[in-house]
Amino acid sequence: MDTLLSSEGDSQRTQYPYVTGTSVIGIKYKDGILMAADMGGSYGSTIRYKSVERLKQVGKHSLIGASGEISDFQEILKYLDELILHDNMWDDGNSLGPKEVHNYLTRVMYNRRNKFDPLWNSLIIGGVKNGHKYLGSVSMIGVHFEDDHVATGFGNHLARPILREEWREDLTFEEGVKLLEKCMRNLLYRDRSAVNKLQIAKITEEGLTVSQPYSLKTFWNFAAFQNPTVGAEGSWILCLMMFCCTKTCAFVDASFSFIARHGSA
Amino acid sequence: MSTEAMDVPKGFSFDLCRRNEMLTKKGLKSPGYLKTGTTIVGLIFENGVILGADTRATEGPIVADKNCEKIHYMAPNIYCCGAGTAADTEAVTDNISSQLKLHRYHTGRESRVVTALTLLKSHLFRYQGHVSAALVLGGVDVTGPHLHTIYPHGSTDTLPYATMGSGSLAAMAIFESEYREGLTRDEGVNLVTKAICSGIFNDLGSGSNVDVCVITKGKKEYLRNHLTPNPRTYISSKGYTFSKKTEVLLTKITPLKELVNVVQVGGDAMEE
Repeated sequence: MDTLLSSEGDSQRTQYPYVTGTSVIGIKYKDGILMAADMGGSYGSTIRYKSVERLKQVGKHSLIGASGEISDFQEILKYLDELILHDNMWDDGNSLGPKEVHNYLTRVMYNRRNKFDPLWNSLIIGGVKNGHKYLGSVSMIGVHFEDDHVATGFGNHLARPILREEWREDLTFEEGVKLLEKCMRNLLYRDRSAVNKLQIAKITEEGLTVSQPYSLKTFWNFAAFQNPTVGAEGSWILCLMMFCCTKTCAFVDASFSFIARHGSA
Repeated sequence: MSTEAMDVPKGFSFDLCRRNEMLTKKGLKSPGYLKTGTTIVGLIFENGVILGADTRATEGPIVADKNCEKIHYMAPNIYCCGAGTAADTEAVTDNISSQLKLHRYHTGRESRVVTALTLLKSHLFRYQGHVSAALVLGGVDVTGPHLHTIYPHGSTDTLPYATMGSGSLAAMAIFESEYREGLTRDEGVNLVTKAICSGIFNDLGSGSNVDVCVITKGKKEYLRNHLTPNPRTYISSKGYTFSKKTEVLLTKITPLKELVNVVQVGGDAMEE
């Protein structure tokens, strides 16, 4: 285990995340909770994995969505598995609801942060128990709160403004999905680590369903995108792009010749 | 531009940068500067361009100016919104505005948006990003309506809708979900106002009121404080009065401005 005397070099702590998932968005709607997340796992600036399920069920009443380090999310799922198992073994007719799971996760995240060994995730917990809807969020340093609509990562900047404008207490399922898709499309346009393959999960009193992965339609045919130099043919804008292209080509050529001469590493 | 080439101005001297770095390392706190932590937007509608901006200027955590003007005049048909360091945006837009005027006298024609664009981007590139001005430039000229963004290092984009500043993500969320081509004037103004309000209420660096500027062929409307969604709400309606114990001894009112009548006898008013 980590001692006070262990040096930074051989530390087993999470210093920075490696494989990360991007934003998750959750909203309350008329019958329960809706959550959306894409299926991308980025390794730095590469989109390495395109089928990562970031929305998972927890017990009978809850749904968890995670952004951040994927391995830490898998660890959290293991902890939750143990938690639910022990709860089931009591066999007392009670089961842990979303509020309890949220509280448990808050304690876990906060305590890890105090040991300077955080689980590098931002989590969203949602669920319905005894007719009562619950939606909460926990960050990697233990900041937690409950709200009608939550988002992690880039979703805070791009999805929250839309949700604040357009969320209502009595959204139907179709309206809720449309609202989530609007936010996810925004993220797809403006978040570099987003992929166009998402899942939407619905949890109500009856149970949980996670949709099959699907893609959103995008629109790229604005006049200014098609023809940016309509005002001045052959102006800087086009020149700059071509300059960048030739420069990259030259660099790539040089690196290929280097590898050819010295053999690939 | 020709006057600048002949005159080799002293301009931005980088000599003191090394000294400043050394001083900061030794612990000197450099003076803060006024930033316009901002939301600025522009969009192209069916007949022209609409620009929008909030009106808050911040100095670190303090609001220095509650109602500043971020939409700057460049030419009768070109306006420019500025985010970043307030002094930089003011200076660079005024400078290029004068250059455009001289160019108009020289050519006898209406200024084109790409001219302003090239002048601004050359200027900013020359200062390698030290002039911290991020601009949204829009206007209507003979070739049609144009909208461009200019970054502090001198790169530019041509876009149908654009946002800059700290509130740009909040405003872009609104634009990405609701912009379409061929908006009418009222739809465009409403969308711009909605985007600025999104910045005002979701970003801490933006606030106060919404300024809008609508530019069409041959006409421009500068709607200063088009929307004021943050009024002072708890003002006492009675106004301020002195306590009843104060005795008024003497009241004397001296007008500061005297009205002077100028009688023109003959000849030019400017003579003598």
